Amino acid sequence: MRVAWVGIIFIALVSLLAVGLRLNPREVPSPLIGKPAPHFELPVLQQPDKTFSEKDLQGKVWIFNVWASWCVACRDEHPVLVEFSKSGAAPLVGLNYKDQRDDALAWLKRFGDPYRFSAFDLDGRIGIDYGVYGVPETYVIDKRGVIRYKRIGPVTGELVKQKLVPLVNELNRE
Amino acid sequence: MNSIANKVFAVFIAAGLSVAVLAAEDPILDKRVMEVATELRCLVCQNQTLADSNAGLAVDLRNQIREQLARGASEREVLDFMVARYGDFVLYRPPLKASTWLLWFGPFALLILGIYLLIRRIGRQRSARPELTEAERLRAEQLLKE
Repeated sequence: MRVAWVGIIFIALVSLLAVGLRLNPREVPSPLIGKPAPHFELPVLQQPDKTFSEKDLQGKVWIFNVWASWCVACRDEHPVLVEFSKSGAAPLVGLNYKDQRDDALAWLKRFGDPYRFSAFDLDGRIGIDYGVYGVPETYVIDKRGVIRYKRIGPVTGELVKQKLVPLVNELNRE
Repeated sequence: MNSIANKVFAVFIAAGLSVAVLAAEDPILDKRVMEVATELRCLVCQNQTLADSNAGLAVDLRNQIREQLARGASEREVLDFMVARYGDFVLYRPPLKASTWLLWFGPFALLILGIYLLIRRIGRQRSARPELTEAERLRAEQLLKE
């Protein structure tokens, strides 16, 4: 009887720790899901005299991807985004976060530019409004301008197939 | 020669003064910024507070705190601003609500369970200890005397 109890407690503890170890402490649930995308108006990376606001894409389901030329994980993610933009599933807009314009442009030239355009957030102010803390981060924004999904860390081919494309299709039907 | 040395010296003094002035610009504001920053978690280096961390984001967020306090926002408003963007996780003292009950009361529940099990066990041991019979008591007395 006693041995059974010790066994049960032991197994319970082990499974608790096993689950705990598998959780990713970097993935903090965003409070922004279900809330309107924070407003901004930023210069466009490629055309400094033009500005872009999240309102410009109202009525469309779109993907907002935070990137920087200094971000190593963005490089891993980049081919996936290039592939995704070719599929034309949804407009992909970049937020170039705390970067130098020349560096950012050179980076896009070298690795390819999957973005319709990138908004240039030099001091990271808009990043703060979007709760950015681990570049790259990716948001799915619906037709009414509400954030429906956030990914912290690189987008993978698997994530595109299993999550992003189905979600975009679903939101397009709304 | 001497005058050049003097000029150089003067420049150093001036530079030193301006640094000192910058640092002591508003000690009260600095203190308030640090107080708020110790309440907040740095999300890049999760086991540090915003006050301790020198990560780029922590510096940006400290500037954000400073700006808002200087603009007249209250400490509460600044904390709310951070929670709206980064969630409850940024707070080192999580708020009491349905999803955090286990966090707040779990340890006390475990303590009470432990005390209960301990009391039960002690009680059981006490009742399990057999009383000596009269014959045994006499024998024990005899043994002690020997």
